Parts: sequence; structure tokens; C-alpha cells
Amino acid sequence: MLHRFASPARFSRIATRVLPWSVALTGLLFVAGIYFALFASPADYQQGETVRIMYVHVPSAWMAIACYIFIAAMSAISLIWKHPLADVAARAAAPLGAAFTLIVLITGSLWGKPTWGTWWVWDARLTSVLIMFFLYLGHIALTHAFDNPQRGAKAAAMLALVGFINIPIIKFSVDWWNTLHQPASLTRLDRPAIDPGMLTPLLLMGLAFMAYFVTMLLIRMRADLNAARARARQLSAAE
Amino acid sequence: MQGLITHKLSCIRGEQSVFTGLDIAVNPGRALLLSGPNGSGKSSLLRILAGLLPPATGRIDWEGTNIAADQDAHRARVAYIGHEDPLKPNLTVMENLSFWARMYGFDPNIEPALFQFSIESLAGVPVKYLSAGQRRRTTLARLALGQNSEAGPALWLLDEPGAGLDRGAVAMLANTILAHLSNEGVAIVSTHGDRLDELLAEHADSFDMRKLST
Amino acid sequence: MIGIALLVRRDLRLAFRGSTDAMMSVIFFILAVILFPFGVGSDIKILPHIGGGIIWVVALLAALLSLDRMFAADHDDGSLDLLYLSPVSLGQLALAKALTHWLTSGVPLLFAAPILALFYNLPEAALLPLLYTMLLGTPTLSLVGGIGAAITLGARRGGVLLALLLLPLYIPVLIFGASALDGAIAGRDIGPQFMILGGFLLAALALAPWATAAALRYAID
Repeated sequence: MLHRFASPARFSRIATRVLPWSVALTGLLFVAGIYFALFASPADYQQGETVRIMYVHVPSAWMAIACYIFIAAMSAISLIWKHPLADVAARAAAPLGAAFTLIVLITGSLWGKPTWGTWWVWDARLTSVLIMFFLYLGHIALTHAFDNPQRGAKAAAMLALVGFINIPIIKFSVDWWNTLHQPASLTRLDRPAIDPGMLTPLLLMGLAFMAYFVTMLLIRMRADLNAARARARQLSAAE
Repeated sequence: MQGLITHKLSCIRGEQSVFTGLDIAVNPGRALLLSGPNGSGKSSLLRILAGLLPPATGRIDWEGTNIAADQDAHRARVAYIGHEDPLKPNLTVMENLSFWARMYGFDPNIEPALFQFSIESLAGVPVKYLSAGQRRRTTLARLALGQNSEAGPALWLLDEPGAGLDRGAVAMLANTILAHLSNEGVAIVSTHGDRLDELLAEHADSFDMRKLST
Repeated sequence: MIGIALLVRRDLRLAFRGSTDAMMSVIFFILAVILFPFGVGSDIKILPHIGGGIIWVVALLAALLSLDRMFAADHDDGSLDLLYLSPVSLGQLALAKALTHWLTSGVPLLFAAPILALFYNLPEAALLPLLYTMLLGTPTLSLVGGIGAAITLGARRGGVLLALLLLPLYIPVLIFGASALDGAIAGRDIGPQFMILGGFLLAALALAPWATAAALRYAID
């Protein structure tokens, strides 16, 4: 199955064919999602209108985690089966994941101000996401730290797998640390009792974020492959 | 078939192809002298043959068996001399060499090797005080360590071993290589057209890497 | 095993001869810990509360200092090629390097930590837990650090990059190390923290050399 997409040229062709549809789907999902999130859903009886931040915050958190799992899977494929597109996919996904993580942190902070009166609370989940942000930054920095791009890709793949094994350990440690240092009375940020009217926009926004991720991934991978082709042409022209 | 044979070997460094379709064969007791300008892939070829760098495509056979089948066995038969001198400046010549002798399980008595490259008087001197030529001789003395041990490496891969050596030292190196060849060993040597070629000529074939450039 | 002993002996000899690298991390450790009272004030009532945490945070940073040289010297002079070609496996090499790193930059911290504890007026009840947690925690830092050192081998700006990659991974050790000290000062049972730090060490001992070896294989090319 994987090898049907093995050749970068074939991937570029498929990506070019799929892209108009995925762009359109992303747009549609965002329009529908934003409509439901802003207009067709109830305000929270406790938090009021600020609860609408959730429709960006929670899908970003889903995607931040999903993206890391995606990168770890691509890294395993790259290291074990040496599939040429896996490195390209991981390299393309990392900045997207970092951006989702950053959105989680910013929206979490915006949500925290009216809810708790401070921009930042050392809540276990937010803290774990903060650490994850640095894992993403490390991955991106490592990818570009080598003169040989192949070496950078392999190093980043190793790091992604080491990080993947470590994330549960970090999560567990932060949870432990949190119960030790924080009174448990604080309400958890992203687990309010969900009103059915809130579920529709949340799922729509989740799907929109996912479609956006796929679209951006395809665009970035195609650009990466084109750049590699251009470099190869320059090098062979120089000889 | 005996000795070392490569089949359609190709090498890619970074994103650039270094060489493709390389077929060489070296019989036991023979040396192969690699020539070609910088960047023609001599070093890459030697690193591939040593198993340090995986080839992009192709196969390497040793005595009829693919070396990829048993990499531990291949490592045990390789003696590799690279561009650098893998010596620690703060250790003496003796300490450096006896470390490698022990790591490789060679005869820990390293004195014959010191005499072979006439560095016996430097044995107690830290490497940081040595001249470039003396360091190179210390590096090359590693070849003698394996040679003086039972079941020493049979495949010598030498990347410009004569660089920085004076005439006398080149002769010591040539004698060491010739002794290895007379022992049915195989040597593949990259050269820059130095005197080593002449000294080995009788037992060596030449291969010009330029023939491969596309 | 003989290969590991040979490597450790050579690297210890190199560490003690010529270079002052070995002393650097412990001097940094002491200096950085002493800096904090200048920043937060020398209130004898506050210092015991933050002392354990500060000692642990700085221990993480000190462990990072010499990490980027763990494999770099052997990589630069071609020794790594020869080590790879030798009968000693890369996993054994990784273990030997982590052990040397711990002996030269982890163990000296164990000697400095009790003195620093006095500077922070930590209660005596915290001294032994401080030693034990550092004894359990610092080898984990060296082992995990080896993975980072191997991954960044040959990278530009290796040192800063290493800090970015490793500090997030060090957080669990920090949390349980510091929390054991807190617990000891408050008179709570700190058995769980010891168990978890020991668990981290065992897991790192089992997995880190293997991961380091895999990363080293990609660095040799």
C-alpha cells in the first residue's frame, strides 16, 4: 500500500489532484464550524461567551497530539523501512504541530484570564502542552542543524521516537507534580460538562482543523519535493 | 571467486550522486590503487567497503559471500586508515597504540609495530608533541599491530596513507603493505600519485575513479 | 565487558590529564547555586524552601555542560570509525561513555551538593535524601544525555541544541528529585519518589544505550 506512493513524482501528481478538493473541504468545514461556534451554540451558564475559545483551544490540542503521533509514526517508517517520503512528511508536519501547540497555549492563556484572573496557571494539562511545544521546537531545530539534510532527517526521526516514548512519562510526572503543588479545587480547563449544543461546533471545528492539517501537509510536502528537485537540477548543471 | 568483488556499486552523499555502477575485483595477494581528483569518491568508496557507509545500491562480495550477510565478520576482517589520525593528543604513542591493540584484541605487545615504523624512541611521548609525519606513522603502526597478531585483518582499506610522509616512511609503509600482500591479504589504497604507487606497482592494479564520472 | 573497561579507563585518563573539563561542571554547579540568593534574597526562612529545587535544576544544567563532547572528540579525529569497526558494539560504547560522563560530571556533584545544602540552610533530615536522589537521578541524566549527544553529533551549534533537546526530557527526573527533598523536609514518606527515580534509572539503563547506538550509526557516514 505504502509503496504505491513511494515515488516522490507520483506523490506530487496525486497531491496536485487532491489539493483543490481538500482546500475546498477545509474552507467549508471552517465556515460551518465558525458559524456554529459563534452563532448557533449556547453560551456557558458559568463562563458566558468566553467558552467559545474552547472551539479553537480543544481542536488545536487534539491536533497538537495527533500531529506528534503522526511525526512519530513517520519517523518509525523512515528509520525502519527507509521510505523516502516519510522524512519529507515528518519535516512538513513539525512546524504545523508546533503552531497548533502554540495556539493551545495562547488560547489557554486567553481563557485563563477571565476564568482565573491570571494569564497563566500551572495547570497539569497546559504545562504538559508547554513542554510539548519545546519538544516540537527541538525537532524543528534539529532537522535544520546539519549540512547534510538526510542526516538531519534521521536525527530528527530518532528524537521524535525518543520524545514519543517520553511523553507519557512527562505527562505522568507533571500530573504528580501538579497534585502535589496545586489545590485540587481548581476547575479543569478543558473538561466543562459539555452541552449537546456545544458538541456540534466542537466536532466541526475538529474536522476543520484536521482538513487544514492535511491540506497544509500536502502543500508543504510538495514544496519540499520541488525544492529538492530544483537543487538536484542545479547540482547536475554545475558538473 | 576469491578476494573482493563489487557489483554495480553506487554512492550518494547528501542529495548528490558520487559514483554509479562501480565494478572492481581484487584477488588475494594483490593491491588496488585508486586514483582520481578530490571529490571523485575515493574516500566514499573506501568507507563503503569498510562498512562505515552503506552503498546506495549494489553489492560487495568477500570470497563469494555478500558482506551484508555478516557485518560483524566483515568488521573483523577490515583494517581502515582514514584521513585523520585517530590519536589522543594527551596520551603517549604507547598508550594510544596499546588502547587500539586491546580494543581489537590484537597482541598487546606493540613494540614490533613501533620498530616497524621506527617510532620506538617516541613511545613515551604524548602525541601532542609529535610532528604531522610522526603522527601519521603512529597511525600506520596500527596496521602492523594487526599484522603481528593471529587472524589479523585480511582487507586493508587505506585512504591516502602516504600523505605527509617522507621518503623513508613511505618505504616502511610500502614494505608493510607488501608483507600483507605476500600473506594473501588484499589492500585497496587511494593515492595522489605519490611514490607509494611505484613501490607497489609490481603487485598492484590501478583504477581511475574518473572513469565513473557521468 | 573488557571493551567497556578499556574505554572508561582511557576516557578517565583523558579527563584527568591535560584538560580541566572534568572539574568544570562541578565548579559551574557550585557557582550557579550560589547565584540564586543574590537574585531572590538571602532570607534564611525562604532559602530552605527553594534550596532543594534550585540544587536539582542546576544539577540538570551542569550535566548538560560536558555532554556535547561525549562523542564529539572521537567523531572529529576519526576514532569513532575505528570504535565502530572494533569488536566492541556501539551499545557497549554508549554505556561506557555514559558511565564516564557520570563519573566525571555526576559524581563530583554528589560531593558538592551537601555543602550547598548547608548554604541554603536545608534541615539535616534532607541531607541523606538529597544524596540518595542525586545518586539515583544523575546516572539517568548521563544515560539520556548520551542519546542527545549522539543525535546532535556533527550538528552546527551542538551545545545549545543539546540543551533544547534534553531539558524537556529531564523534567521528570527534576520533578521527582525535588519532590523527594520537599517531602523529606516536610516529614512525609518519600519512598514513592525513590521507587520512581529508580524505575527511571532502570528504564534508562535498558533503553538509552540501545537508542544511543542507533543514533551513532547514523552519525557515522
